[in-house]
Amino acid sequence: MSEIAERVKKIVVEHLGVEADKVTEQASFIDDLGADSLDIVELVMAFEEEFSVEIPDDAAEKIATVKDAIDYIEANKG
Amino acid sequence: MSGLMQGKRGLIMGLANDKSLAWGIAKKLSEAGAELAFSYQGEALGKRVKPLAESLGSDFCLECDVSDMAALDTTFAELKSRWETIDFIVHAIGFSDKNELRGKYLDTSLDNFLMTMNISAYSLVAVAQRAAAMMRPGGSIVTLSYYGAEKVIPHYNVMGVAKAALETSVKYLANDLGPDGIRVNAISAGPIKTLAASGIGDFRYILKWNEYNAPLRRNVTIEDVGGAGLYLLSDLASGVTGEVHHVDAGYHTVGMKQEDAPDISGS
Repeated sequence: MSEIAERVKKIVVEHLGVEADKVTEQASFIDDLGADSLDIVELVMAFEEEFSVEIPDDAAEKIATVKDAIDYIEANKG
Repeated sequence: MSGLMQGKRGLIMGLANDKSLAWGIAKKLSEAGAELAFSYQGEALGKRVKPLAESLGSDFCLECDVSDMAALDTTFAELKSRWETIDFIVHAIGFSDKNELRGKYLDTSLDNFLMTMNISAYSLVAVAQRAAAMMRPGGSIVTLSYYGAEKVIPHYNVMGVAKAALETSVKYLANDLGPDGIRVNAISAGPIKTLAASGIGDFRYILKWNEYNAPLRRNVTIEDVGGAGLYLLSDLASGVTGEVHHVDAGYHTVGMKQEDAPDISGS
């Protein structure tokens, strides 16, 4: 697992209060991890802060799974 | 600062999470000895507010939909059932359809105009009616505004119009409640990345522009806002009412781009 993937998972575990083994790359934030729409906004803000990356609204709307987040950050971080 | 708010209690309305301006104010109030109650709208916010309230030693959280006058009556009745009187209110409430916080103000719909005005401006009036009935002389109400009330800020649109109504409401309410010794003020905070701000189109541009062009050459924090909130809610500001107090690193005084500010257009 990449370093970015691990940091993403750590943020998800902390923010959503879910068990680490549930945070697989395929896990959907809303369907599998019990996130609500405010959680998604807060997670995106947390990712932006952690990785000094900008995630515009149209990109944020496409982030549905843990993998989506990791892929976006890997492709766009400074 | 401890002791400034000793023996005082009040209601924080509209806290969302630990990035909220209301949280910056709540923390300072708590440090200064105030006893706090919190109101939230809906369970999604309730589950965020309760642990924060707990971390400040408060178990007093009330659900409240400020657009429903009967619900407001219930919330204040619950507040009164535990606290006979209150000393302050922090009104940190606003809402609009985020689809209309981008593009042109010209395209604002009637429904969203009315809803935004109702929740973001009228709610202060509705809250003040009920809060003032529980306040003694020395009571203080603070609401949160933004420079988009005074000047055009891209994408702020109908929220700017609602904030203008809110700021003018502050003056009229201050005048109405002045004879009772109750003060009403607004903090016009510089842009801060909060849950609410995430609904505003291209907010990053607004943040960068402010950072580069404000006299202090930085953005403000919720601690900056908290300090000003504590001042306005405490007796330190006993002679201050009807005021819109800018906590914006001085941005509202600036007339044009600073010479040393980089050109960030199109970025």
